[in-house]
Amino acid sequence: MATLPLYAQFINLLAALLLLLSFAMLAQRRVLSLIDLFAAQGLALAASTAIVAYGTGQHHLYWSAGLTLILKVFLLPWILYRLIRKLDVKWDVEGLINVPTTMLIGIVLVVFAFNLAAPISQLASTVTRATLGIAMACVMLSFLMMITRRKAIPQVIGFLSMENGLFFAATSATYGMPMVVELGIALDVLVGVLILGVFFFQIREQFDSLDLRHLEKLKEGE
Amino acid sequence: MAMPPDSTTLVLAAISAWLLIGALGIAALRKLRFVSRVLFPAGAAVGVGLAVAAFVAIGAPPQVAVLPLGLPDLPFHVRVDALSAYFLVLLGAAGAAISWFSAGYFRSSEGTPPGLICFQYHVFLAAMAFVLIADDAYAFMVAWEAMALASYFLVTTEHRIPEIRRAGFLYLLIAHVGAIAILLCFGVLQGGGGDYTFGAMRAVTLPAAWASVAFFLALFGFGAKAGLLPLHVWLPEAHPAAPSPVSALMSGVMLKTAIYGLLRVAFDLLHLQLWWWGAIALSLGLVTALFGVIFAAAQTDMKRLLAYSSIENIGIIVAGIGLAILYKAYDKPLLAAIALTAVLYHALNHAFFKSLLFLATGSVLHATKERSLGRLGGLIHRMPWVAWLALVGTLAIAGLPPLNGFVSEWLLLQAFLFTPTLPQSFVNMLVSIAAAALVLAAALAAYVMVKFYGVVFLGRPREPSLAYAKDAGKYERAALAALALGCVLLGVFPGVVIGALDPVNLLLVGHSTGEAAGDWLLLAPFGEDRSSYSAVIVLVVIVAVVLVTMQVVHRYYHGRVRHADPWDCGHPLQTPRMQDTAEGFGQPVRQVFEPFFRIERHLPSPFDDKPRYWLKPSDPWWHWIYLPIARAAEFAARFVGLIQQGRISVYLTYSFVTLLALLFFVR
Repeated sequence: MATLPLYAQFINLLAALLLLLSFAMLAQRRVLSLIDLFAAQGLALAASTAIVAYGTGQHHLYWSAGLTLILKVFLLPWILYRLIRKLDVKWDVEGLINVPTTMLIGIVLVVFAFNLAAPISQLASTVTRATLGIAMACVMLSFLMMITRRKAIPQVIGFLSMENGLFFAATSATYGMPMVVELGIALDVLVGVLILGVFFFQIREQFDSLDLRHLEKLKEGE
Repeated sequence: MAMPPDSTTLVLAAISAWLLIGALGIAALRKLRFVSRVLFPAGAAVGVGLAVAAFVAIGAPPQVAVLPLGLPDLPFHVRVDALSAYFLVLLGAAGAAISWFSAGYFRSSEGTPPGLICFQYHVFLAAMAFVLIADDAYAFMVAWEAMALASYFLVTTEHRIPEIRRAGFLYLLIAHVGAIAILLCFGVLQGGGGDYTFGAMRAVTLPAAWASVAFFLALFGFGAKAGLLPLHVWLPEAHPAAPSPVSALMSGVMLKTAIYGLLRVAFDLLHLQLWWWGAIALSLGLVTALFGVIFAAAQTDMKRLLAYSSIENIGIIVAGIGLAILYKAYDKPLLAAIALTAVLYHALNHAFFKSLLFLATGSVLHATKERSLGRLGGLIHRMPWVAWLALVGTLAIAGLPPLNGFVSEWLLLQAFLFTPTLPQSFVNMLVSIAAAALVLAAALAAYVMVKFYGVVFLGRPREPSLAYAKDAGKYERAALAALALGCVLLGVFPGVVIGALDPVNLLLVGHSTGEAAGDWLLLAPFGEDRSSYSAVIVLVVIVAVVLVTMQVVHRYYHGRVRHADPWDCGHPLQTPRMQDTAEGFGQPVRQVFEPFFRIERHLPSPFDDKPRYWLKPSDPWWHWIYLPIARAAEFAARFVGLIQQGRISVYLTYSFVTLLALLFFVR
């Protein structure tokens, strides 16, 4: 087996880090730590994108990396911090399923994701193709996190982390999406978080809590 | 040397002017005086200008232009040819009169502020004009939807009343179902080339099966807008809901854009016509006409009555289009041209007299706050202007010579009666039955109009409050007078109109009406020895007979007037409630056509000391089509409702499982 160039090994390392962070987020029960983990994930993503840009000479990826850094490492965590302080939510959040079971389901998902990515990786011609499985696993783990959390803010973090996974998948499969699309997605995420912030206030106003169980009353009928 | 600007530039200028007026309306949101005294009259002036420019353009060769608007690489194409120009004349002329009326009509109310009405109204006008000149499917659909939305907001002007919101929703729903059909129709018409300009569609040669699909999609889509059975249900709901000038604009002009679309697709964009399309359109049109007029006879709300009457007129127009297709398919271009002339003429006539009547009901509504025929009556004494001008419209819509309604119906009947030349005996029989049905519809329309006019304007007031009714203001009178004058002129000088229609006929069926067009005095589409009509002579004879009779009566009868108590039937006291009511007048028609109606009737018991009799005829199509669809949707929704848990994690799990399953199966 031919040895990979150094930058590719770095990317693989960062990919592994991403996956590890995803698992950590799945297991983390405290909201503030969750945000820190999310910021760390963003940092890993920005670093890996920058390295891909350096290694392959795709200069527009530098822009993506910068955007990711600003948006996902600084801006979004800051917004979320402020939200939490204003909303004065509890630190500890209970999941729907206990942590060990969640982790086990997560492992199954990772296996599935690697299985899925294997044929695609063979078709792709990029150096980073091996990391596609990890990217897909990140998407699925984030989705799992959204499902298992009961409170609104962890769900939003899950949503944002899913976007991280998608971004990573795009970078590893095709060296990133066109700049216009990336800018559009970045804007979408930002606007989405702002709107969700408004929703948080409304939900809390209505139910005195951010627990989404209260929303079950909104069901039609009965 | 300065060249005169070409017609596309003029039409686009008119559209821009309307949009500008609309924008000014937004700027002057609550300044009622400015909006009604400056903006609406300005809109009317633009309408007149558009009508004149378009009238000149009918005879000119088609003009095309590409606008720098639209999506990148997908600009709007516009084209003004004889057909567009003819309908632009209709839009401009009727629109101008309606705008002038609106200047005196809109008052401050609970609903939409006047500036916003002005904006919606002028966007509506501009969108209709743009529909008529659009030359690619994209521009057409954008304008078509803008038209639907603007008219929706106008219908729901009094949006604080729940029934009006419901009526508006029904209209919007059916408009969108129709728009989908039109979109699909264009999809078929482009024939796989991917080029959605009308020019490309004209060049495509579709196989007969696909051409039929396109035609019936167009018939369905444009039929939904026009009010063809069974998609007519929105008309009798939306018209009573909308302010009267809006009803006039929708019924008089907007329905005609659907007729324009149908003609454009059937004769211009499709390169062939099959005889059975014509037979189906003919039958559908006549069923619609009969249905509309029978229901009009049963109505007790004056605007609903006029709405059903619009359905009838649209039915007649579509029947004429069917006949034209039939002749075109059998390669008889002269007959096709005459049928088409009748169609186009009737469209113009309907724009005039139906706008006139809707506006007159608006004046009555403002003066009396009453829409129900049961509480009106005797208004000819209180509102002589409105009453006499409405009389012209009533006679015209009833199809009496020498007014315009007679000319187009006579022409259409002529086209029907000269069919024995068709090669298929089956079609020959169908056409003669259709001619009989057309005559029946026309006669019933006259009956309906006697009811409408008699109950509203004649007799004695049914309510004491009617004594305070005031005649319409000067703006409203002027607009009504202009429309009435239009009805008279279109009726007396048919030769001019038919001559102007020649280029349209040449464009659509490749043949002109020939010598019938040339003569301004005598109308004889098949030669003078077979049948002919001269409106001028009829008018002269009518006027002469009336004058002579008046003289004779005045001279010989008035000398020996006896003064005595009228025959009082044993009732020394007569109250207004003894007059024939709207229900009573429509009763014979209800009896004869009983199976068409679903009537809810309440008969009081003989011992009731406060007896009340009421009956409610309802539209059977609700029960035949709409309610079953609604019930099916509810039934299906109950099953879908089972998976609605109310928990976000469950919903997320649904999408997650779907994602995993898709990934698993698709990989």
